[in-house]
Amino acid sequence: MTKKVVGQREIRVDAVAKVTGKAKYTDDFFEREMLVGKILRSPYAHARVKNIDVSKARALPGVEAVLTYKDVPQNRFATAGHPYALDPKKRDPEDRTILTDKARFVGDEIAAVAAVDELTAEQALKLIDVEYEVLEPVLTPEAALTEGAPRIHDDCENNIVSSKGYEIGDIEETFKKADYVFEDEFETSIVQHCQLENHISYSYIDGDGRIVIVSSTQIPHICRRIVGQALGIPWGRVRVIKPYVGGGFGSKQDICLEALNAAMTIAVDGRPVKLELSREECMIATRTRHAFKYIFKTAVSKEGKLLGTQVTAISNTGAYASHGHAISMSAGAKFRPLYSFEAIKFSPVTVYTNLPVAGAMRAYGVPQIKFALESHVENIARKLNMNPIEFRRKNFRGAGYVDPITGNKVLSCGIEECVKRGKELINWEEKKVRYKDQKGFMRRGLGMACFSYASGTYPAGQEIAGARIVLNQDGSVQLQIGATEIGQGSDTVFAQMTAEALGIPLDMVHVISTQDTDISPFDTGAYASRQTYITGMAVKKAALEVKEKVLDFVLGMTGIPKEALDIADANIIYKDSREVIMPLSEAAMQSYYDTAFASPITSDTSNNARVNAMSFGVTFAEVEVDIKTGKVEVLEIFNVHDSGKIINPQLAEGQVHGGVSMGIGYALSERLLFNEKTGEPLNNNLLDYKLPTIMDTPQIGVDFVETFEPTGPFGCKSLGEPPTITPAPAIRNAVLDATGVAFNRIPINPQYAFEKFKEAGLI
Amino acid sequence: MYNIEKYYEASTVREAVQLLADNPDLLVIAGGTDVLIKMHGGKIEKAGLLSLRKVKSLEAIEKSPDGLISIGSLVTFTQLANDPVIKDNIPALAEASLSMGGPQIRNMATIGGNLCNGVPSADSAPALFALDAQLRLQDKEGERVIPIQEFFLGPGKVALKQGEILTEILVSPENYNGYGGHYIKFSMRKAMDIATLGVAVVCKLKDKGTFDNVRIGLGVAGPTPLRCREAEEYAREKAISSQTLKEIARIAVKSTKARSSWRASKEYREHLVEELTWRALKIAVGRAGGVEID
Repeated sequence: MTKKVVGQREIRVDAVAKVTGKAKYTDDFFEREMLVGKILRSPYAHARVKNIDVSKARALPGVEAVLTYKDVPQNRFATAGHPYALDPKKRDPEDRTILTDKARFVGDEIAAVAAVDELTAEQALKLIDVEYEVLEPVLTPEAALTEGAPRIHDDCENNIVSSKGYEIGDIEETFKKADYVFEDEFETSIVQHCQLENHISYSYIDGDGRIVIVSSTQIPHICRRIVGQALGIPWGRVRVIKPYVGGGFGSKQDICLEALNAAMTIAVDGRPVKLELSREECMIATRTRHAFKYIFKTAVSKEGKLLGTQVTAISNTGAYASHGHAISMSAGAKFRPLYSFEAIKFSPVTVYTNLPVAGAMRAYGVPQIKFALESHVENIARKLNMNPIEFRRKNFRGAGYVDPITGNKVLSCGIEECVKRGKELINWEEKKVRYKDQKGFMRRGLGMACFSYASGTYPAGQEIAGARIVLNQDGSVQLQIGATEIGQGSDTVFAQMTAEALGIPLDMVHVISTQDTDISPFDTGAYASRQTYITGMAVKKAALEVKEKVLDFVLGMTGIPKEALDIADANIIYKDSREVIMPLSEAAMQSYYDTAFASPITSDTSNNARVNAMSFGVTFAEVEVDIKTGKVEVLEIFNVHDSGKIINPQLAEGQVHGGVSMGIGYALSERLLFNEKTGEPLNNNLLDYKLPTIMDTPQIGVDFVETFEPTGPFGCKSLGEPPTITPAPAIRNAVLDATGVAFNRIPINPQYAFEKFKEAGLI
Repeated sequence: MYNIEKYYEASTVREAVQLLADNPDLLVIAGGTDVLIKMHGGKIEKAGLLSLRKVKSLEAIEKSPDGLISIGSLVTFTQLANDPVIKDNIPALAEASLSMGGPQIRNMATIGGNLCNGVPSADSAPALFALDAQLRLQDKEGERVIPIQEFFLGPGKVALKQGEILTEILVSPENYNGYGGHYIKFSMRKAMDIATLGVAVVCKLKDKGTFDNVRIGLGVAGPTPLRCREAEEYAREKAISSQTLKEIARIAVKSTKARSSWRASKEYREHLVEELTWRALKIAVGRAGGVEID
């Protein structure tokens, strides 16, 4: 019997390369005579460039180029890492140019310098004289929506990117027949990804006159397209190479550097130019998470059935649309499979402001809406004097649900079991009794929150993935994918799938981790928790095709019918008796060198998935609140996920650890702050932006309810983003349980908690 | 980017003060965890540096036979946190040292640099204020010793004269013998963070239930680290009770000059001063052998 590979705790295929430092990231590559690029950023949130004088900067020895908007193509383009839509109506707003003559946030890109070293480049920036006409900054969505507010983009009325929503069922009817109607308001903050590796790329023009960009990106193929659009050149003139990436969380599902970097190398006749952002730049000038304001108005029956909900949302997308309204629409779609509302009215508006650009960030709008919804549901349960867990359970839709808008069907659903396990893991019943009548200033509480999520973007986005497998002479294979390893472990699970489908050990699968748009199969990249599910389909398909070809070849060699053959442990065997016929390597050698029938075996496959699997899960949290100081400490936290079949439990646990810690920061400490009058960032550094350290992170408990998803390769569903969705509402609900104070904003940091506790008369 | 125009290294104090006298524009660097950050971030655009890292004579912690503790200005925070002389005699300083940055920063950062940087959030300052530490400063002409309270002049401003370097921090036996102490760093994170408030308390008792005296040092409660003299005066020879401790903590607020910023409001800071002074006092009393307070 061949050893199972899928479902095992295999060591990541890049583990040794990463811990020995052999894995090369963008900054590890050197080109001869590489220049250093730096960007001049606007000090004003809203201003027009009246005049710009770069003569002094150009004259500085060592400066090779100084660029302003006058020196680069001014094609308008959209930066969001979405698959291209043939239908123009479905494309993202094209509201950007490479460099700008109108600053729309503090940090907007006004000019750029390429110089022989970093110091010279920075000195050159100081020598650029810009005369600004300072405009009134628009710093809140409310201000942006005010009648007569200054326009951030000249062609955008009312600063509204979109206000598209939807209505399912008759919401008014549910309000009429409801026994109760509850309304709550919630607010989330602007946070930042803070991935370990800052944004970085370098670019040069090769011998063919093509632009080559090496970039730390989640989306190399999309990057090529957008750079082509921005420069106004055929997409085939651009080549994007993605080496190892030190994390992205969505901030690299966007084109932040590459188009400008390409323009810089063009300006210096193709000499390599490296463009690396500092942490301070990264935090304001790449992407952030959209801050949302939500109003939920919900109809409930006296039996505790959720009848209908009316959701009003304001999303702050900052200075440029980036992923814009897609974030609101994702939020509005992904919560639907969880609770059995008969009617939902979803009315979001996505608004420009003169703040940093919000884009994709892990779970794409869903942490915001689930903070609001799970806090709201908790409030309702408490008001109805119902057990919050039972209240939720009563309203789960479960398997069989068909979404009326997307048509996606829930074929596997383990939410009931997730809740049951989480409750046991945290010892809910016993602790609820123990914490019943607390009097002191240190109080403990329990909270939980549930979520539903999707696997990829279908049908909102196209879900295409490519895989290529080449069989070597020794029976091992190279696996090439267009999907990107960015630290999450996708290369490893693809290798496991290949090994399992082909019948070879894991160490005979060599994954080409680098994506190169000239060479790698087409895939849109790492986002939407799509790769294991979507790219996995292509990988499995390619592996099975190679297997078919091998067995065909063996049929030619031996005359044994294909149906009687199988591959196990890198041997060709009789399927029934498991008797070894020959080593796979023998057939492979023959496939290369047989004088008559040689035909090396490969597969080059693409898969256009038109399915989407719903994943589910829950967070249970226990907190201790120091009421006097406002400090909240998470004592225990458990995430239980239904992500279908887990391909690699060790990597899956790692995903959950990372996601939960991100959720804890979102709940308790992280928030980008800006001067309320000028829009200047106050804490765009890791000292003042309170990203939790490992010391602030409790032991994170992880469990999986392994349902089998029939549409997924080997039964899997999404896991990349889901762990970060529910920690915040679970912690918020635990704080409510401990103190009786219902927070409606995150982060619940000590200053805010102090104010609320004081207001509640607790101090 | 680091625009380091000149770089000198001294191997003795004498050489250092001579170099500084000859090149008055040099900036003194020890561990570099403040200076290099400022240069990288552009707060210092360019500088010539004088490094003290090879001045071995400033790396020692010693206790003289008469009990005077001297701490060389190049002593790192890792050293401070682990040194038996510090842990046994002035544990509040060991606690403060361990609260600073993370392990890598504590390996590099020096107590001298922490004080000379002059910020109200200097982690070593509240404990040294409470301990009535003295600082030995030296220049080409000679040396002088001043109380730490006179060293901090304002945010980022210290009493170093042109050409002067800090060589030693001194704590006298009468300021720690028989005292119990405790330091609380209140910050948003448990590591890698700046204090929202630092509270150091030392106290000496007449008997289990009576204070002899109390000294309270606060960080980030004003433009410099400070002492709560009025509260200390009130505490002198008072009977120890929950009520007394609360009153001391309440009065401590009067010595502060907290202000509202985006980091924390004045009201919250003052609330923290009262609450955390009370908490630190409670533990310090216990460590000094006093009665347990609830």
